[in-house]
Amino acid sequence: MRGTLWRALARSPKATAGAILLAAFIVLAIFPGLFARDDPTAEKYARNLGPSAAHLFGTTGLGQDVFAQAVYGTRQVLEIAFVAGLASTLIAALIGVAAAYLSGFWDGVLNLFTDVVLVIPLFPLLIVIAAYVHNSGTGVLIAVLTFTGWSYTARQLRSQALSLRSRDFLAAARVRGERAAYVIVVEMLPTMSSLLVAAFLVNALYDVLFASSLQFIGLGDPNSVSWGTMLYWAQNNEALQTGYYLQAIVPGAAIALLGASFALLNYAFDEIGNPALRPVVSGRARARRRRLLGRLAL
Amino acid sequence: MRYVLRRAGFFLLTLWVAVTLNFFLPRMMPGNPAVAMMAKFRGKVTSPEALQSLETIFGVNSGQSLPAQYAHYLGDVFTGNFGTSLFFFPSPVSQVVNAAVFWTLGLVGVTTILAFALGTGIGILAAWRRGGLTDSIAPPLLVITSAIPYFWVGMMFILIFGLKLQWLPWSGGMSLTDTPAWTPSYIGDVFEHALLPALALLITTIGTWTLTMRNNMVTTLAEDYVRMARAKGLRPHRVMLNYAARNAILPNLTGFAMSLGFVVGGAILIEYVFNYPGVGYMLLQAVQNEDYPLMQALFLLITVAVLVAILLADIATAIFDPRTRNSR
Repeated sequence: MRGTLWRALARSPKATAGAILLAAFIVLAIFPGLFARDDPTAEKYARNLGPSAAHLFGTTGLGQDVFAQAVYGTRQVLEIAFVAGLASTLIAALIGVAAAYLSGFWDGVLNLFTDVVLVIPLFPLLIVIAAYVHNSGTGVLIAVLTFTGWSYTARQLRSQALSLRSRDFLAAARVRGERAAYVIVVEMLPTMSSLLVAAFLVNALYDVLFASSLQFIGLGDPNSVSWGTMLYWAQNNEALQTGYYLQAIVPGAAIALLGASFALLNYAFDEIGNPALRPVVSGRARARRRRLLGRLAL
Repeated sequence: MRYVLRRAGFFLLTLWVAVTLNFFLPRMMPGNPAVAMMAKFRGKVTSPEALQSLETIFGVNSGQSLPAQYAHYLGDVFTGNFGTSLFFFPSPVSQVVNAAVFWTLGLVGVTTILAFALGTGIGILAAWRRGGLTDSIAPPLLVITSAIPYFWVGMMFILIFGLKLQWLPWSGGMSLTDTPAWTPSYIGDVFEHALLPALALLITTIGTWTLTMRNNMVTTLAEDYVRMARAKGLRPHRVMLNYAARNAILPNLTGFAMSLGFVVGGAILIEYVFNYPGVGYMLLQAVQNEDYPLMQALFLLITVAVLVAILLADIATAIFDPRTRNSR
């Protein structure tokens, strides 16, 4: 079963492209020292240098190496994406699936709670919170993103879990007299694994974009090494107007690539989870795919 | 009717949550920032009104208990009294906000409608010609563009079209030399200034509409009534628009209404990058100047805009879709 899911993913060019990109970023985040020689915070070079062999992307207004900053900045963005993304997916899964399973009064309460959080404009709220906190570090960013970002996926997971409710294995669990918490965590969540992965990818994508945006407007920690902070300094330095384009282009392109990797993977998961959306293929490829998906039984 | 009443209840509940967030957030912050903040402002803010606005927000020097402060705050908000802006002193907050709303509605409102129309159109075509040229290029491309931070797209547009090619202005809502009047030259100037930010927004928001519309449409195209329309020998474009697209667009309409609500606070960073004098730009200015009364009022305004749009969408759904009226 797991092997076939992997094969379905490997056949999708979107998933392959997304996975390769993400893997490359993960390697950069774990071993930044292998790729960049310079200390990303050391202000030891001439300011605002152009690109050269020694400084692939030039230097910043403070004389730091832009390439080294971009490489070392990967870690913080991925940390936020994975920790906040996983945590908000966990909240979404528990609330969404619990609402669907419990039904009646508790479904109403949980659903109302989800809707209220969903409707309050997220980014303005993040700005307001960050404005009160002042120079929020990684931990604060992760906490805020987690507790504000789960509602959209909770709604999706609820509607998916609703379609599971009448299945036999849940009726069996109910007859056995299992507790609700047990049924939700042990019986329901594992059957929704591909949906949970898709939900995680959506959350991670938004966490990357929101965290970078907050850092860009100066509501993160201005001394941290991250792509959003690089953009903040580029904007402060008027990098575009003064001709130091790479200070703004490099971190933005990095965010876009990481975002694209999450988005491509998510799109591929949607196609695997919902066969109607799959690209039309002809002849032998279609027959092969059908056999494969028959075994997958999604 | 019961459905609309229930949605109105939801409206009030969410509004109350937003006001309560406004009230409790500054009081919840660790290390009591209020005292430090007040000390800092005592040097800067000289007027008693402004100082009082700050005291209300942070709940210091009021001599009241927390519940009493809360009741007082709720009363203030519902009578439209948001205190005095610290930065735009002595204008009251409500007056400062009005000017910004106009700019945002013009820029983001029009762009949102355009993005919805274009995105939906491309989605319909992509699903109709499944596997064709549009379908193989548009969806993957749009998946990628929707993942790009839109403020960065704006920055690249400034670089390419503003600074390098010098085709279009890229800062502010109009030329500094211009005076507002209903003259062709002024309207043309405002339009020119709106073009780059609008394009940047359009490119990054169109993708969601295309993808959801395409996916809805793919599902409806497999329905029996579409097959039946085809079997009747109706013209293809009629089947496409009147049978498939008309039903596929229904779930997207609620999303569209919601996004109209998000217009007011939806393009904060585009306004920031282009120095566009709208609500988002003003919110960030308020944050930078630590103008908390203005910040709270703008957050509430943005929330209310979303809520009103959703309520209107719910009422429209109740009128047009009889199923919602009967269910529960």
